[in-house]
Amino acid sequence: MEIDLTNNTPVLLSRIGRPESHTLSDYRADGGYEGLARVLRDMKPEDLIQLIKDSSLRGRGGAGFPTGLKWSFLPKDHPGPIYFCLNADESEPGTFNNRILMEEDPHQVIEGLILACYATRSVTAYYYMRYEYPRAWERLLKALDECYSAGILGKSVLGSGFCLDIFPHRGAAAYICGEETGLIESLEGKRAWPRIKPPFPAVEGVFRKPTVVNNVETVACVKQIVDRGVDWFKSLGVPADPKNPRDPGSYGPKLYCLSGHVERPGCYEAPLGITVHQLVDHFGGGVWKNRHAKAAIPGGISMGLLKADEFDCPLDFAGPGRYGCLGLGTAAVVVMDETVSMVDFLHNSARFFAHESCGQCTPCREGTAWALRMLERIRAGRGRLKDLDLLLEIGDTIGIMPGTTICGLADGAAWPLKNAIRKFRSEFEEYMQRTNPSGYQQTDAVPALSSLSHGGH
Amino acid sequence: MPSTEKKSNSTPVLNNEMRDEIRKYFARYPTRQAVTLPALHVVNKYLRHVPLQAVVEIAELLELSPAQVQDTLSFYGFFPQQAPHGEVRAWVCRSISCALRGGEEVLAHMCAKAKIQPGETTANGKLTLEFGECLGACELAPCMLAGDQLVGHLTAESSEEFLASCGALGTS
Repeated sequence: MEIDLTNNTPVLLSRIGRPESHTLSDYRADGGYEGLARVLRDMKPEDLIQLIKDSSLRGRGGAGFPTGLKWSFLPKDHPGPIYFCLNADESEPGTFNNRILMEEDPHQVIEGLILACYATRSVTAYYYMRYEYPRAWERLLKALDECYSAGILGKSVLGSGFCLDIFPHRGAAAYICGEETGLIESLEGKRAWPRIKPPFPAVEGVFRKPTVVNNVETVACVKQIVDRGVDWFKSLGVPADPKNPRDPGSYGPKLYCLSGHVERPGCYEAPLGITVHQLVDHFGGGVWKNRHAKAAIPGGISMGLLKADEFDCPLDFAGPGRYGCLGLGTAAVVVMDETVSMVDFLHNSARFFAHESCGQCTPCREGTAWALRMLERIRAGRGRLKDLDLLLEIGDTIGIMPGTTICGLADGAAWPLKNAIRKFRSEFEEYMQRTNPSGYQQTDAVPALSSLSHGGH
Repeated sequence: MPSTEKKSNSTPVLNNEMRDEIRKYFARYPTRQAVTLPALHVVNKYLRHVPLQAVVEIAELLELSPAQVQDTLSFYGFFPQQAPHGEVRAWVCRSISCALRGGEEVLAHMCAKAKIQPGETTANGKLTLEFGECLGACELAPCMLAGDQLVGHLTAESSEEFLASCGALGTS
């Protein structure tokens, strides 16, 4: 069932596109930081945690873990310090919603971050931003200066006695730093190798202290829930499945990123649960050049692939999973038209993950590299039908789901392999028969074409 | 001891300005090691690379062993060590949204025009051209990050204009 979009009004993006939207004065003219002042005056931290629990807000960074529950895992009466890390290491291919928020409305993010720190009793927050966002970085530094000058940060936030520092910390172009324990290791000045859990960050995180890591859009939602209330938030989205007691539902607005072969790529706000069709047609103006869609990535490349006849898939936390995908991920939809070769798509995906595997776990380090070398050979016209089974074997055995790796990067590498080959197998077979007529049925071992190429960060 | 001898023979590469800038980070973190990444960025900003001698000096400042700093540095693949990167360092995105709109062709075109391979610097030192993984600007695909400037909707023509503007068009 499609979500009714007739009264869809952007909230997270309501201030985007105005020339001064990034300044404190413009933000305050729209009532900015009034919600924070009210919370500091009227609510205890535990009340704010309860409010966010009641809203059923789920993290927007990819995993969809309930935010209030994550906060409540912090130990009670801990002597401190408790640290907060804002995950602004957005780097999932296809995803740019956090960049838009940080460039155009940095104070909305900062207000949400301060609220989240108050709820979790954090007095130090690290704002970990990927290197490749220089404009967002510059605007963050200016916005933080404005906040310190205006008494919104520092010894006594808005005169409340609540003390908070936010320190910006810049990454160095590594995808794995978006994994929350990879981020923590990176912040500590080490290689960004994800940690084995438990202990979870809430118990022992950065600098061995209790730590919360939340995504940029998640804290922006916190600010909106404080301003507009739980009822507003829960009036949007998809209710919990009554038959599944573990489903927390998919409530609230979501920033959908749309790119690839559509007429109007962009970041669009809509209630959770719109279908791919709605996103592509209502917001994106349809597939470009009057062509037909062939496939789409549902939520960043890690989530796998939907065929064109699966575009009725609702983009809520439970939707893509019902279509064989990994999940909603970052809700970044990338559309591919009928001219795209799935061999090329899968090669691009495999190259990304081989480049970004951190190298800590052997199944991921070797599996992503093997997959890439096989796809390079297939693409060069030396593919064998057997390679498809070998690629699927990699896809089925690397990741936290089969239990062979520490973090989910390998699951993200596996899903495009599994979805592309299982949903488009005949295309791969036809490609091999056409490009390798004498060798496609070969089954003995063959060498890779060459070692992996280098030349970037 | 060879290491001491080497140390005393090496001219320091971190000047006082860099050292002061690095020290300003100390108060932000409960450990000195956490200043590793900020320190590497400071040095790379001034020197456009982080030579081994700088690693040794950063380690001294942060009370770490040089191996600890080098371990972190080498993980990221972001900080050149052998030679400075070009006056402009540009990344052309090759991830899926850009690839669907011609990003890889643009990068190949730029490399041919600048007469370098991805990851290399032009002979005149004006430009280092690299591939990037998703730059988070997919609505502007194909895109490039050149220094602090995000350049969207790249074409063969606009990429050549960019190469000309930074003096990186190869001569033949």
